[in-house]
Amino acid sequence: MSYYNPTDLPKFGNISQYQPDLAAKFFEWYGAVFEEGALTQREKSLIALAVAHTVQCPYCIDAYTTDSLQKGATEQMMMEAVHVAAAIRGGASMVHAVQMMNKVDEVSM
Amino acid sequence: MALATTSLQKRGAALADASEQLRLLRSADAVQNLPQFAEMLRPHGLLPLRPRSLATLQVNVGKMCNQACKHCHVDAGPDRQEIMTRQTMQMCLDAVDRLGAQIVDITGGAPEMNPDFRWFVEELSSRGAKVMVRCNLTIIVANPKYNDLPEFFATHRVHVVSSLPFYDAGHTDRQRGGGVFDDSITALRMLNDVGYGKDGTGLVLDLVYNPLGALLPGPQASLEKEFKRQLLTNHNVVFNALHCITNMPISRFLEFLVNSGNYERYMNTLVTSFNPVAAENVMCRDMISVGWDGQVYDCDFNQMLDLPVAGSHHHISDVTRDSLMNRAIIIDRHCFGCTAGSGSSCGGQIA
Repeated sequence: MSYYNPTDLPKFGNISQYQPDLAAKFFEWYGAVFEEGALTQREKSLIALAVAHTVQCPYCIDAYTTDSLQKGATEQMMMEAVHVAAAIRGGASMVHAVQMMNKVDEVSM
Repeated sequence: MALATTSLQKRGAALADASEQLRLLRSADAVQNLPQFAEMLRPHGLLPLRPRSLATLQVNVGKMCNQACKHCHVDAGPDRQEIMTRQTMQMCLDAVDRLGAQIVDITGGAPEMNPDFRWFVEELSSRGAKVMVRCNLTIIVANPKYNDLPEFFATHRVHVVSSLPFYDAGHTDRQRGGGVFDDSITALRMLNDVGYGKDGTGLVLDLVYNPLGALLPGPQASLEKEFKRQLLTNHNVVFNALHCITNMPISRFLEFLVNSGNYERYMNTLVTSFNPVAAENVMCRDMISVGWDGQVYDCDFNQMLDLPVAGSHHHISDVTRDSLMNRAIIIDRHCFGCTAGSGSSCGGQIA
């Protein structure tokens, strides 16, 4: 047994084996989320790609790299999406520095 | 303009031989547990696969082309010499009446390079046939003698169908050759100038998108919207519809799949994306395809794999409506390319 096997990605549907009703609800909702709506399918795929990098899920990165290309996204768009994810991650750390500074003020003479 | 590659034939590649392509597709070694296409059709009552009509006669007037695209299923290019003679074209004209075809879809290579191309279109037009030409765009600007093609097409109300795999130069040129995008835009403007793609003219200009790699095409409507926006905003070009076509695992695209290590994954993707609705509507049920030498096939892909129509008649001079309507369509593993996802045909997605 090994972690993160690429051949596990196409087996995603197998999660329905232990809880079919919940899985059916999940997959129906998942499908609906990615339908063309107020956001285009391509925009949703790029958001998914960015989030995939934030949650660092190799299955999702595999799936949404392919999906973004299939939806007509360019490499530049995809890299910008990852930068957005990275900027929020970096920013989330940096904004906590205000907390650190507050604490410094609190304890300092 | 720089060529993206050279033909398999010129390179003496093993896959230049259709039987070698079929050997690979049929072999169980390359991909484990790959089903037969017939097995997938059987549960849907589609076996044997039968024609519904002979609405379209697709005529491949030759493998000669001014481009050499990396994914070409015809293995066309400037080095290919095989072209249809006027005598064979005459047999096609006779067949249009005999078979009752409504649309004649002319393809190649670059069909315009055949010296009898214009004669053929004029003859078809005078018979009232609806003519479609698969124009690669760059041919229009390749040589001054082709510069008046837009006017010629307009005169004969030709439905122009042109490949443009992406709305930018980087992606397009990677597949089709350096400078192809810029030349294609120039040609599209020339077509627009005579009324093609514009409302109210009735002159139809459709574009063909195909993925730039081992990928399935995305949703046609959404890609069409994006192509229209990008081409209008950045290049002031208009067109009617975008047809999304899946790359078939044959010829130069098959070579790419094998050399890039994508063959197994791509075949598995095609199979797992099998869509019975697309299978019901595959284009071979409403067309026949004629090769440069007059041989008749179920589709352009079977033509490239040297798989002529079943039965004792397989030349355009001797096929009849009965012989064709009663045939069983020849299928093999490459057919998974037409039934994956939203399906694929020479007219785009079918499900």
